Amino acid sequence: MVAVRQRRSTAPEAPLYTRDDVEALSVSEPQWLRESRLVAWDLYERLPMPGFTDEAWRRTDYRHINWSEAGRPIAVPNPTLDVVPQANLEPLIGDEQGGIIVFVDGELVYYELNEAVKKQGVVFTDLATACRDHEDLVRPRLMTKAVLPFEGKFAALHAALWTHGVFLYVPRGTAVELPFHVVMYNSGDGATMGHMLVAIEEAAQATILVDYLSAPGESQSLYVGATELLVGASANLRYVGLQDWNRQTFEFSYQRARVERDANLDWILGNMGGELIKQFIEMELDGQGAVGRVSGMFFADGHQLFDQDTQQEHNAPLTSSDLLFKGAAKDSARTVWQGMIKSLPKMQKIDGFQACRNLVLSEDARMDAIPGLEIEADDVRCTHAATFGTLEEQPVFYLMSRGIPRADAELMVTEGFFEELLDRIPFERVQERLRASLEAKIVGISQIK
Amino acid sequence: MGAALEIRDLHVSIEDKPILRGVNLTVKQGEVHALMGPNGSGKSTLANVLLGNPAYEVTEGEVIFKGDNLLEMEADARSRAGLFLAFQYPVSIPGVTLANFLRLAINARMKAVDPESKGISVTDFRRLLRAKMDMLQMDHSFAGRYLNEGFSGGEKKRAEILQMATLDPSIAILDETDSGLDIDALRVVSEGVSKLRGPDLGILVITHYQRILNYITPDYVHVMYQGQIVESGGPELALHLEEAGYDWIREKVSE
Repeated sequence: MVAVRQRRSTAPEAPLYTRDDVEALSVSEPQWLRESRLVAWDLYERLPMPGFTDEAWRRTDYRHINWSEAGRPIAVPNPTLDVVPQANLEPLIGDEQGGIIVFVDGELVYYELNEAVKKQGVVFTDLATACRDHEDLVRPRLMTKAVLPFEGKFAALHAALWTHGVFLYVPRGTAVELPFHVVMYNSGDGATMGHMLVAIEEAAQATILVDYLSAPGESQSLYVGATELLVGASANLRYVGLQDWNRQTFEFSYQRARVERDANLDWILGNMGGELIKQFIEMELDGQGAVGRVSGMFFADGHQLFDQDTQQEHNAPLTSSDLLFKGAAKDSARTVWQGMIKSLPKMQKIDGFQACRNLVLSEDARMDAIPGLEIEADDVRCTHAATFGTLEEQPVFYLMSRGIPRADAELMVTEGFFEELLDRIPFERVQERLRASLEAKIVGISQIK
Repeated sequence: MGAALEIRDLHVSIEDKPILRGVNLTVKQGEVHALMGPNGSGKSTLANVLLGNPAYEVTEGEVIFKGDNLLEMEADARSRAGLFLAFQYPVSIPGVTLANFLRLAINARMKAVDPESKGISVTDFRRLLRAKMDMLQMDHSFAGRYLNEGFSGGEKKRAEILQMATLDPSIAILDETDSGLDIDALRVVSEGVSKLRGPDLGILVITHYQRILNYITPDYVHVMYQGQIVESGGPELALHLEEAGYDWIREKVSE
């Protein structure tokens, strides 16, 4: 049989939205928001669709997306909380939470904010409400500091047409011990565009987990997301985002954190679901002494494609960043990680580290890891590493020699690979949930053999 | 009558090169055998074959354990049947804690006997593991550490003996368990093994040196050379080897 390599001759088509969609969506929104959506729309129309000559998109062909199918808004009447899996609604630790917001198909279906937390002056509400009731807090921050509409076609699209989102604001000096939880669940097929805007003021502290998931689909779906994390001086933010869309979902998202002087960000990401995932994950260390850790775990199977671009930008001296991504791919799945550590000129005493560890579980799977450094200072310590390996026989044999059957031994060794990252998730129940979904993916290994 | 491990006329090759050339040895429950010999004589090959390492090819002979041909069983089935190997070089397995691993190993045994078994309770397991750790003078925090990850040489060997103590085999093979241990670590490990010694456990100690036998006195000593057992005797044979070295064996074989 002769393999014919398909030529990339056709440019990607743009989604089928119109200016009328933006008008309709913002009909009852505050004037400033409506205007900003329309400005973003104009920008969107001028920007090109990302193509394969663009380095960031070279490895990700998304032309099999059917915009007329994936791009239409989800139309399920009267979404309710009942459809959301119970495991995703449980309190993250103990039996109390700081607050929980649940969306189904982009509609707000549940909202709860702990009274004590509310009294601390914390704002935790859906973004539409926040735009109306907290204009002074939202307007200066919404897509003005972290994710900017002009950075790409999908960022502009999101700015024009975001459907739902959450605003978390923790005032100066306020430490919130109880975690916040956001669930974005889709029960139907089609498009949603969710937004996370998190602003932790000076010396404040918060922990938040966001679950993205959807019911099995019959046709293509689209998620165009943005996540903005603004971490004030000496503040402390732990942010966990876990993606588990159904296997027909295409995600294009921009996620950026800005970390000020002496602040600390602990950012954890997980990718398990979706048909095609393209994420830009960027951390800007803006103030002297800022520290950021980014941990990513991913497991692609079937014909999933995960493409994650990460950047650690050292914009101030004495900043330190530590990024670790660990992933596995099996069947004919494909993963791409492209990482970059950057520094502005003369930013001395910076310490940057990035590593991507890949576990290749089948011959047809393909994993790319491309680290990079752009450092314009000399008194720095910046290192990177990318490794690739298969499931090793020696550890499996060792476990078998203690009576553990091969399938279980393989499961343990593979799960063990991710344990270091699971351990970083501060909620045991969430760890368990992730272990179960890893197991479901791994168990296929023995079925295929 | 107790179980026995019977090695009969065992021939083994690696990549067509013969390593074992007709080994005969029987280890019964309650007995301690020492298998000694110079480097390259085939001692570790024997240990690996008994545990089912797929890198080794058995060309002739058989190994009978509890009435079954061991060589036809997978490594996990051999273990569940009651065979244990303390590895010379235990591998580290990141992300798998010693406790979790041992609990699953016990559960695998229970499920092999009764497919409906729910395995050992967490409380019972914790009690069992703590008792065995105390016996081996191991800190309880060991249980939560990833298997062999960052363990010192002595810690690795102690972890092997802990596994042996917990899994309660009928025949155990200690492959160069003494290698690389300082005298304190050797004493702790050997004392641990001695405590496990009893009528229900047969032990085959594979070693290059006699010193571990000061702590674990063998009932029988065998000398392997060029892939065969060329000399067998009592504990005095080990002492003789300690004084005279292996040269007289070489001379004797070449005669």
